[in-house]
Amino acid sequence: MSEQITCNVLVVGAGPGGYVAAIRAGQLGLDTVLVESDRLGGTCLIRGCIPSKALIEAAEKFEQAVQNANKSSEIGLCAGKPTLDFKKTITWKNGITDQLSTGVSGLLKAAGVRVVTGWAIFKNAKTCMVGDIKISTKNVILANGSTEVALPDLPFGGAVISSTDALDLTEVPNKLAVIGAGYIGMELGIAYAKLGSEVSFIEAGPRILPGFDKRLTAPVTKWLKSRQVSVHTKSYAKKVATVNGKHILTYTDKNAQEIKLQADKVLVTVGRKPCTQGWGLENMAIDMDGPFIQVNNKCQTSMRGVFAIGDLVGEPMLAHKASAQGEMVAEILAGHKRTFNPAAIPAICFSDPEIISVGMTPDQAKEQKVEVTVGKFPWAANGRALTTGTADGGGFVRILALKSTGRILGIQAVGRHISELSGEFILAIEMNATLEDLAGTIHAHPSLSETVMEAALAALARPLHST
Amino acid sequence: MSEYKFKMPDIGEGVVEAEITAWHINVGDVVEEDAPVADAMTDKATVELTAPVSGTVVSVGCAEGEIMAIGADLVVFQTDGEISTPKPKEKPTKPKPEIKKEAPKPVQTSTPKTNAPVAASSGAKPLASPAVRKAAMDQDIDLTQVTPTGKAGQITHKDLQAFQKNGPTLINRLYTKKTGSTDIKVVGMRRVISKRMSASKKHIPHFSYVESVDMTTLEDLRAHLNLTRKEEQAKLTLIPFFMRALVKGLALWPQCNATFDDEAGIITQHHGIHIGMAAQTPSGLMVPVLKHAESMDIWQIAAEISRLGNAAKSGTIAASELSGGTITLTSLGLLGGVVTTPVINRPEVGIIGPNKIVETPVVKDGQVIIRKMMNISSSFDHRVVDGLHAAELIQYVKGLLEHPATLFLD
Repeated sequence: MSEQITCNVLVVGAGPGGYVAAIRAGQLGLDTVLVESDRLGGTCLIRGCIPSKALIEAAEKFEQAVQNANKSSEIGLCAGKPTLDFKKTITWKNGITDQLSTGVSGLLKAAGVRVVTGWAIFKNAKTCMVGDIKISTKNVILANGSTEVALPDLPFGGAVISSTDALDLTEVPNKLAVIGAGYIGMELGIAYAKLGSEVSFIEAGPRILPGFDKRLTAPVTKWLKSRQVSVHTKSYAKKVATVNGKHILTYTDKNAQEIKLQADKVLVTVGRKPCTQGWGLENMAIDMDGPFIQVNNKCQTSMRGVFAIGDLVGEPMLAHKASAQGEMVAEILAGHKRTFNPAAIPAICFSDPEIISVGMTPDQAKEQKVEVTVGKFPWAANGRALTTGTADGGGFVRILALKSTGRILGIQAVGRHISELSGEFILAIEMNATLEDLAGTIHAHPSLSETVMEAALAALARPLHST
Repeated sequence: MSEYKFKMPDIGEGVVEAEITAWHINVGDVVEEDAPVADAMTDKATVELTAPVSGTVVSVGCAEGEIMAIGADLVVFQTDGEISTPKPKEKPTKPKPEIKKEAPKPVQTSTPKTNAPVAASSGAKPLASPAVRKAAMDQDIDLTQVTPTGKAGQITHKDLQAFQKNGPTLINRLYTKKTGSTDIKVVGMRRVISKRMSASKKHIPHFSYVESVDMTTLEDLRAHLNLTRKEEQAKLTLIPFFMRALVKGLALWPQCNATFDDEAGIITQHHGIHIGMAAQTPSGLMVPVLKHAESMDIWQIAAEISRLGNAAKSGTIAASELSGGTITLTSLGLLGGVVTTPVINRPEVGIIGPNKIVETPVVKDGQVIIRKMMNISSSFDHRVVDGLHAAELIQYVKGLLEHPATLFLD
């Protein structure tokens, strides 16, 4: 054994849950060690949120250039046919992830956190080995994250790629089949469609983006149609065979007909599962909750001094939830009184157009028999949306409020670049804002945020800019 | 040669760690399979851990008195040659450690009806902004108890301040529905009490006997003695008189001043009279023992009771002063109660529990008169004390207490 480390807080996994927990623990003066086998940043920074947003942005810019070239730009912009140096795109994207990863490293250093690179394997709840380094700790924060789910008949490899692989392709595939039209598949599929791929979605469910209601996904469906992206619902991927150097995906369609589809790449995005294998979880005497680690509202597991956060502990598997839990656990370990008790956790899909959902939806209100009023405001009536060319996609903001008091229970929206409005949505809910609060707050003109105020006015039955 | 790591075994359902109270081996010892290596004490029991293999002890996982987690390396053995994997002594059931249940959250019955389903959808919590929620948590305020005055029924910082100042509103205080439960881990003194009480009731067939005693004369005497006591003399409670009565009675019924080692089958009748006094302390029940009550006059007994009581309450009492009793006196004092069925402090065989003095109409010589009456409750170990003898002892004590001069006559 080359080294023994003893610490107060051991954090496993340097994703947005783990590294935030470590930074906060370090800031609070706790002797903290962070173990990560890969670069710092986790799925989010290295192979998830950030690189995919880079790719989506590049795709968007490329599509606009293509429109300028084929004279379909409404603005009147004309330019020559663009070319894409995709290798450079990937390099640019990697530069962003490198920059963020380095930034995380600096933050950890500033907080006095010791980073150990390697794979932690727990021998018992409070002791792990990282290579030949033995770490003994008083407290553990498990932030091991999640990984892509593979389909048994379509294991990753060759033409079958995961979302991670899709962020590091060397060239844009001519034909891309995407298995699973959830938010990950939809984001990447749309980006590749903009980059010039012929994209087909194979989705087992009856419609795309099952996490969002139909009214929210309708503008996305409309966009897919306008780009000739085919969507096969109630369809099941069966196998991928290679014939004469061509990859053929076989799937059954909604009529149970077997269909063959040629594709250069088959992207499988059928979900993510928590990483609970291969690091000694079984030696820690921790209770599970299905595939996830069971925790209470302080993220405590059944083993004293062992906490788990983020994707390991259940849905929603979102970076911002993991970060909030990580921050909280660090503060609990420093003796603060905290519980994980958010009013809502926002969810965004970076499709085209983007979708946000925060809090209660109309369907949930109906299910739970909550009497609500709903106000909706279309982007087509917003000046800023018109000037940015984002008004025609069918975007809207929808606000749901309690009928008796006007307290806002949920806000959903769909529209290009609408993700940047999510802050106001979640703040309104956390602060228990009412429709009158939103309606009575002067929103800057011209901005997309005016649509939030207008939706509140609509819910109060006194809309100004719609009928 | 190979190394075998003996992991801290799972020694009981719900146990996640155990205190190693004693090592029976040292590093370098050659240990045979099944030889005891350590004693581990959990919340539930102390168990002897035995070696799963034969070999030389290379290292031990902790010092005596330290806590070992289940699954941690307890002992590393150097074994000769290949070892067959030893069979686990116990089923390798996964320990199911304690999960803290969340503190129960009272549900306000006065919550506006319209809010209820919404609250359910967002986790049944009162409305408050994140800053208010944090402030409440920092101050240990249960938001469900706070009356909201903010818009749409939300709790404001002002409401928190008002709550801090005034507490819950009367209506909420009186008519709050409470749900949930609180689990308390039995550790420390509570664990010792729990073990001892169970052992006593499990091993000893108790029988209880109650008699009523006219305390009027004794109370007159006590009042007189307290009035005329010297400065340095402690104020007399009834306890010294009871002790004096026991000293006299137990000399005649020595079978009641005894300890019974039921495993060895030996009753020990003690010549000295060491009276345990059950006392409630901040951390639980303690029984300091007044040694050699037979050698003290009533004032000395009073002084010694006072000293032991203070030491027990302040936690400075010596361990030797908490053991060695031959009988116990337990009194709820002024709290009263008509009858008690006290639990014998094993291995003692008897316990006496005087109840409260109550002015009672008593028929005497055909007249109803008011007398200060008190019950004496008692329990005895029926294996070693016959009912007749116990009753005789109590009757004798009654006679002494009713004719207090006899307490001091030989």
